[in-house]
Amino acid sequence: MANRYRNSLVEPAPIRWLLIGVTLLFLGVFLLLPLIIVFVQALGHGVEAFFGAFADSDTKAAIKLTLLTAAIAVPLNTVFGVAAAWAIAKFEFRGKSLLSALIDLPFSVSPVIAGMLFVLLFGAQGWFGPWLSAHDIKIVFALPGIVLATVFVTFPFVARELIPLMQAQGTEEEQAALTLGAGGWRMFWHVTIPNIRWGLLYGVLLCNARAMGEFGAVSVLSGHVRGLTNTMPLQIELLYNDPGAYSAAFAVASLLALLGFVTLALKNFLEWRHGDELAALRGN
Amino acid sequence: MNSVVLARSSAGMGQTSSSVTGRARARRSPLPGFGLSLGFSLTYLSLLVLIPLAALFLHAAGLGPSAIWHELTSHRVLHALALSFGGALAAAAINIVFGTLIAWTFVRYDFVGKRLFHALIDLPFALPTAVAGIALTALYSENGWLGAPLAQLGIKVAYTPVGIIIAMVFIGLPFVVRTLEPVLEEAEKQLEEVAATLGATRRQTVVHIILPTVLPALLTGGALAFARAVGEYGSVIFIAGNLQNVSEIAPLLIMIRLEEFNYAGATALASAMLVLSFAILFAINMLQGWRRRHG
Repeated sequence: MANRYRNSLVEPAPIRWLLIGVTLLFLGVFLLLPLIIVFVQALGHGVEAFFGAFADSDTKAAIKLTLLTAAIAVPLNTVFGVAAAWAIAKFEFRGKSLLSALIDLPFSVSPVIAGMLFVLLFGAQGWFGPWLSAHDIKIVFALPGIVLATVFVTFPFVARELIPLMQAQGTEEEQAALTLGAGGWRMFWHVTIPNIRWGLLYGVLLCNARAMGEFGAVSVLSGHVRGLTNTMPLQIELLYNDPGAYSAAFAVASLLALLGFVTLALKNFLEWRHGDELAALRGN
Repeated sequence: MNSVVLARSSAGMGQTSSSVTGRARARRSPLPGFGLSLGFSLTYLSLLVLIPLAALFLHAAGLGPSAIWHELTSHRVLHALALSFGGALAAAAINIVFGTLIAWTFVRYDFVGKRLFHALIDLPFALPTAVAGIALTALYSENGWLGAPLAQLGIKVAYTPVGIIIAMVFIGLPFVVRTLEPVLEEAEKQLEEVAATLGATRRQTVVHIILPTVLPALLTGGALAFARAVGEYGSVIFIAGNLQNVSEIAPLLIMIRLEEFNYAGATALASAMLVLSFAILFAINMLQGWRRRHG
């Protein structure tokens, strides 16, 4: 009887092993192999060729442009994420669920369409095109366009992480700070920010990884000028399509893969070390 | 709306609710900063997301229905749309089956390498799409690690719709696993125990107790994976090979139209994709509402 009871609570061992086997095989084939092959191909022509790929001035320029773009886009979306989360998590107002839904909107817009939106607004044939060219301002096929596209595709990351976290934390600690005489900003910096810091870092990490890796949206807006408006992902495409630069493409790709790897490692570290504080994020 | 008013209202502690946005009024919160944070959020959201999206739809409206119809009904466009949406549907179905299995394995079993593999699940979120794209192509091309053995079996993956679906499975997997895991973790084991003591077999428990509990989350995760795969560009175009009427996805066709300066064609196709995607987003929200009420 006891045995039968147990049998109906867990799967028989063969099924258990089968499920574990399928899981490992599926993840191995779909996730681990792509990660491994990037590094294998990058080092396929030796360590010297690998480092040689980064001596190329166009590649250096692409790395700089990617860093610059992320350095503008990520802080902008971080400020927005904190502001939006503050309004949504700490106050009740009409249209709140609509606002939350609108914040997630960029996730369901194809990156190519995201880039295209700004071409329609600021391109030569766009709404503001004639005015911009009359004033000699370049947005499309230049840095501002690349930044706009990046901001659009990474828009929801920080807000999405913070909203459930701040909702779960409630308003009591902030109210206590106010009662004790703290001003609004003092309360924000000394109570709110320390409470949300790990969730904030988590959101910024994901936002940054996407910002540095964005391809489709930036591809529409960059104009693909070598050494000028090519970000790292675009440089990878360019090298990949050049038959002589196959392993150079993977060398640059391995740098971005490393970024992804570090992001994952930090994310898992945060979950492990500060899991309790981030608990509100789960189930979301 | 001007920022001076917003800043002042946030400086006057404790009485922010009377400020600015008349329609959206904060109730019963003694905290400051409502006007400032909401005002900034709405302005930023409008400038960067809402106005650009509105511009697209206004542009489409300017074309007129017959021009849009004409653009959308060409064989090439219909094929691209069918491939993007059909491929995303197939990928979502694969992810629902294997994502459930994977989430179950991680929540309920212990095995060697569990931590490593669990950490890997978010890789598609963290790995830039162009990197994923060339990596998958290298794996599945005819002389690749997986492409070569598959080719011997007569299965061609790279530069076919099969390759597109594989890239879409890659990009969508974490949505399903991550949506499912917390639900499986919170699922009350007591219910399973009750079922077992009442004489249910394990299979009956899984079908009648566990599956209904996770079904809403499963659909939500599947829909999210689907929405992402429909619009996906970077990880797909390298492995797709981009043959017209064979393996040309809708986002790539938009890109091609833009490069031809055919903005009417690009606008029509983009609007069609967005309307379909937003319908999916709406369905997800309905599902989540349903889940909250009945979960």
